[in-house]
Amino acid sequence: MCTLEQRGRVFVLTLTGDGEHRLGHPLIASIRSALASVAATAAQANGAGPGAALVTVAEGRFFSNGLDIGWAGTSRARLGELVAALRPVAADLLALPMPTVAAVTGHASAGGFLLALCHDYRVMRADRGVLYMSEVDIGLPLPPYFMALLRAKITAAHALRDVVLRGRKLRAPEAKEMGIVDVVCPGAPETAAEALRLAEELAARKWDGAVYASIRISMFPDACRSVGIVEESDEEKARNFASKL
Amino acid sequence: MDTGSMCTVERRGCVHLITITGAGEHRLGLPLISALRSAVAAVRASPGAGAIVLAAEGKYFSNGFDQAWARAVPRHLHASMSEGFRGLLADLLALPMPTVAAVTGHAAAAGCALALAHDTIVMRASRGFLYMSEVDAGIKIVDYFAELLRQKVPDAATRRDMLLAGSKMTAGEAVRRGVVDATADGSVEDVVATAVAAAEGLAARGWDGEVVAEVRKAMWPAVWGKVKDYGAEAAAARPRL
Repeated sequence: MCTLEQRGRVFVLTLTGDGEHRLGHPLIASIRSALASVAATAAQANGAGPGAALVTVAEGRFFSNGLDIGWAGTSRARLGELVAALRPVAADLLALPMPTVAAVTGHASAGGFLLALCHDYRVMRADRGVLYMSEVDIGLPLPPYFMALLRAKITAAHALRDVVLRGRKLRAPEAKEMGIVDVVCPGAPETAAEALRLAEELAARKWDGAVYASIRISMFPDACRSVGIVEESDEEKARNFASKL
Repeated sequence: MDTGSMCTVERRGCVHLITITGAGEHRLGLPLISALRSAVAAVRASPGAGAIVLAAEGKYFSNGFDQAWARAVPRHLHASMSEGFRGLLADLLALPMPTVAAVTGHAAAAGCALALAHDTIVMRASRGFLYMSEVDAGIKIVDYFAELLRQKVPDAATRRDMLLAGSKMTAGEAVRRGVVDATADGSVEDVVATAVAAAEGLAARGWDGEVVAEVRKAMWPAVWGKVKDYGAEAAAARPRL
């Protein structure tokens, strides 16, 4: 379902296979396990390591087509379960003590789009694939934490409206113009390569992971709160300042 | 007026220009923060003051908090530096006249935040950058500071580049991304002249200063809420025993 490998300083999380990488319980659990492993390895280095970064990439035509609504069927309870299960994945990514890059190598819809948004940077292929918040078209309201993250990451009002209220399907170049994608590459191999290169460059800055995560959380504390992250107090942060003098 | 030689205040027409003096980094330790607060208070009390400009001499606008000072003093005093800075931000947000920052040189960390706390920012085109150095220095960002950045740099990608990538933003890029309002070519003096001209234009609108202050506080309610208790207004309103 997903694999985790380390290439130099970069952890590469790959959603494997040619399918839609639907976020059902098995894949979600797999991703969480991988992210926990990444965070643990980073914690062991404890600021003395060579720097680290994460790239999330996918095989096939899809980055992820969202929650496994096929499994949920008509069951609201099941759908609710999946929404609840994805929330900690978002939290894991937003609290990850290193820079994160999503290599959007295919379609990213709904929960899949959200997964990409939970990364610090997005590299996307130009030739195929769209970013698409499909909920308005399907007739599903957005879970509160989805909305919180969208509002935190898509800050141009017209862009947010297009994505959420119009269900606009964004190709990479327009997504870049809207500030949603950072780098546009010709195709999937280039996208993966560029994501890896960017991650290497970020890892080489050797930022203190805990500080990096703290600063990330301070950029959008409301969205982080919505996924269950409790921000440190100013006192705790100040203690960190004193120790750095 | 010379507030302890750390900054000067002069009048240019109805514009009051505060200049941080000297060739150094203009580190925001307690002394400079206090000097700036005194200068701002003096401008506020000046009859006929139409607008304020904050500028600096030399290569730096300000390179941030004074960590050397913090290293040398007991830890409980670090809070006073932060509190003083919060008070300076409050005083600027409550100022009953338009405020202009002339970013004449490098503005890093708290120095960058200080510039951002103004209504209008003019930045030197040819030299100097905005740099949120915290991520590189391994320093976490406390809530009121983060709030200022969230409100004054609303674009997610720009804020990420500044805070999470520690990007050094030149004037051209800063104006393109909406972080500053205008660039000015030439020397420090030229930048100051441009900022003063901008301030004159704003003062010429003849706005009621109290209204300007109230509108500004209402525009940035989250920041104002987090710094107001540290400002001169709040201090004056506190009952004395």
